Amino acid sequence: MDDGGLGWWGVPLAVLAGAIRVSTPFLFVSLGECLTEKSGRINLGLEGTLVMGAMSGYAVAYGTGNPWAGVLVAGLAGTVFGVLHAAICSLERVNDIAVGIALMLLGTGLAFFLGKPFIQPQAPQLPSLALGWWSDVPQVQSALRINALFLAGLLLAPLLVWALRCTRWGMVVRIVGESAEAARAMGYPVNAVRMAATATGGFLAGVGGSFLSLYYPGSWNEGLSSGQGITAVALVIFARWDPMLCFYAALLFGGAGALGPALQSVGVTQGYYLLNAAPYILTLAIMIATSSSRHRLAGAPAELSVTR
Amino acid sequence: MNVLTRVVPPEVTAPGVEAIAMTKRFGGFTALDGVSVRIRPATVHALLGENGAGKSTLVKCIMGFHRPDEGSIVIGDREVEIDNPRTAQRHGLGMVYQHFTLVPRMTVLENLVMARADVPAVIDWAKERRDLAAFLDTMPFRIPVDSPVAALAAGDRQKAEIVKQLYLKARFLILDEPTSVLTPAEADEILGLIRAMALDGRLTVLIITHKFREVMAFADEVTVLRRGRAVGSGPVSGHTPDSLARLMVGEAAVAAPAPRAAAPAGAVRLAVEGLRADDDTGMPAVRGLDLQVRAGEIVGVAGVSGNGQVELVQVLAGQRPAVAGTVRVNGQPYGATRAEARRHRVFCLPEEPLRSACVPGMSVAENMAFRVFDRPPFAAGGWWLKRGAMRRAAEALIARYRVKTTSPDAPIATLSGGNVQRAVLARELSGEVDVLVAANPVFGLDFAAVADIHAQIVDARNRGTAVLLVSEDLDELLELSDRLVVMFRGAIVHETATAAADLTTIGRCMAGH
Repeated sequence: MDDGGLGWWGVPLAVLAGAIRVSTPFLFVSLGECLTEKSGRINLGLEGTLVMGAMSGYAVAYGTGNPWAGVLVAGLAGTVFGVLHAAICSLERVNDIAVGIALMLLGTGLAFFLGKPFIQPQAPQLPSLALGWWSDVPQVQSALRINALFLAGLLLAPLLVWALRCTRWGMVVRIVGESAEAARAMGYPVNAVRMAATATGGFLAGVGGSFLSLYYPGSWNEGLSSGQGITAVALVIFARWDPMLCFYAALLFGGAGALGPALQSVGVTQGYYLLNAAPYILTLAIMIATSSSRHRLAGAPAELSVTR
Repeated sequence: MNVLTRVVPPEVTAPGVEAIAMTKRFGGFTALDGVSVRIRPATVHALLGENGAGKSTLVKCIMGFHRPDEGSIVIGDREVEIDNPRTAQRHGLGMVYQHFTLVPRMTVLENLVMARADVPAVIDWAKERRDLAAFLDTMPFRIPVDSPVAALAAGDRQKAEIVKQLYLKARFLILDEPTSVLTPAEADEILGLIRAMALDGRLTVLIITHKFREVMAFADEVTVLRRGRAVGSGPVSGHTPDSLARLMVGEAAVAAPAPRAAAPAGAVRLAVEGLRADDDTGMPAVRGLDLQVRAGEIVGVAGVSGNGQVELVQVLAGQRPAVAGTVRVNGQPYGATRAEARRHRVFCLPEEPLRSACVPGMSVAENMAFRVFDRPPFAAGGWWLKRGAMRRAAEALIARYRVKTTSPDAPIATLSGGNVQRAVLARELSGEVDVLVAANPVFGLDFAAVADIHAQIVDARNRGTAVLLVSEDLDELLELSDRLVVMFRGAIVHETATAAADLTTIGRCMAGH
């Protein structure tokens, strides 16, 4: 156990570092999904959007040499998927969940198809801020090397809370999600609002995807997401549709994901694969613990078809 | 206030509205046929008529939801073109719908501000709250602005709907059945306040209703519609409830109330003790309810909707688990399983039957066979279904209960509300019935269908069925029940023989006093 003298202290530190690093895509996807669901629609296609964002962001960053251009294009790719979802769902008798699953498969399939040439080359990576300069311990320095997108997400969560409460746009999104009928009676265009909310949600999910390929793990391959987009959708329910709780929940999931590698680094190798499954077990456990066959979920937008 | 306004003629700021020769056709069906209504400034005008008489079509034309095929609308002394609800709002026209249009989980303040046409991009809630408080000071209505709408009592919710229209600067208000979910006391309060504002000259009101009592007490003038035509109009003082009823129904004979056999009530068939059940959000809805229904008796459950009636019926129908308490039928514990329902012959006519007692996409014949499809003569050996027998049985029921359907094979969702009701009634009442649970069985049906279904229920009672009748319509309960109980906050708070029922006491109990 020669790891710079930190010993077992390295585990919580590594979990913290992992939480910050791994949570970023969770955070962006769940904030996007939170906004979409607030408007009364669920977009399960964000898994596909995430992978599509990772691929397109990586490709553009490689082509232009500018990782931020990659982030932007990833967001725009996500927007296209969001618009597609919203447009199909605004037709009569279309189920948003079925459309979401179709788009999830389309997004991952398309990304694998278009992304084949980008598996080998190395694209420029997103910058990070070294907030650990005050410490001499390399582990602390590396743990506090915080990526710029995480900070953006950190600002975005309270911004979203404020916008949903104190701006006309946010209030209209909530009204549409609570009661489409009331929204129509007030003269708000339900489908257009849902379109905007789903497109914005797609943009955020795409940005989350670009993080995967441009920062951590930091390359493009087909096993990049491994279901993080879907986990993030579950996370919104766990967070009771509150952006700030989405932030904490994303940290929790990120930390759970970092548990396996952190324990391995101090020599605990038993049950490594089981520990790597921690986020999924956590998802399952939380969903069972917080759901009930008899109660509706508190805080759920009333128009959401899964909670009706 | 009233004394003053009668002495000094008030300044009239509310407009008069006139609809002239309105005609509206839907395909080959003429919903409105040259109807003219003149609502004078600062009056309360009642619009009376059966379901399907054209009341909603008329007000929807006035409000710009429908475009009339012919006719025009005059506000004040100007003819105006109203092509959508926004235009109506700009002209000072407002409508309070039968169903609530406020967002339940948002506060009154949020609902009112967001209904405005000029919401700022960033909302300063503190300032909006002050402005709204100042506005409410000029209004006779008192409502808590920071409560979520879902937490308000039905009366307060209705007030909030009205205040919303006034806040949006409506000076001509259309109220669509505004008192259908209120207790008599709440209804009187709200209509009294509306009338006072009209007397003040601040408001002109068109109120759609089918309650004669409210027309006589609160309206100045009345227009009666029948089958898309205006068949009577004039000051209320020139009418009696009887004359209005005749105008409304026309010459069509309404079935006389079913004769009631004066048999004494028999043994206790249905006994509910200490029943508790939760609603969909996990909050207690039925809280320690005790109830007994005897053979050959109709027990009416009165109450404002939302006091646990829905959950009670769902527990009895097996659609919701009880948290505590016992239900006994014929003295034996009853868990509402299929076997128990069959053994004790318990049947149920829930509200919104299409949603809660039918599979909309399956045929009328299949829906009618739900109780018996897996037994002889409809199934061999309990699993081989004989569709021919099912269809023949359905044909017999369709004829006997006068269900209007194109064929027994048509999906039940294609039937009108009254015919779905008849189809479910046929399924539930055609055999031997020991216990019948019925919830709002005639909601939204026309006179003929109401009389028909009421007759069937009374007939079942005369045959010795124990009937539990849950209804929001007090008149229906008073007409049908032998015994009346009042449900408030999930428990029975009052019980009386219908013959000795006192409306004031019942109203007070419905409101929880």
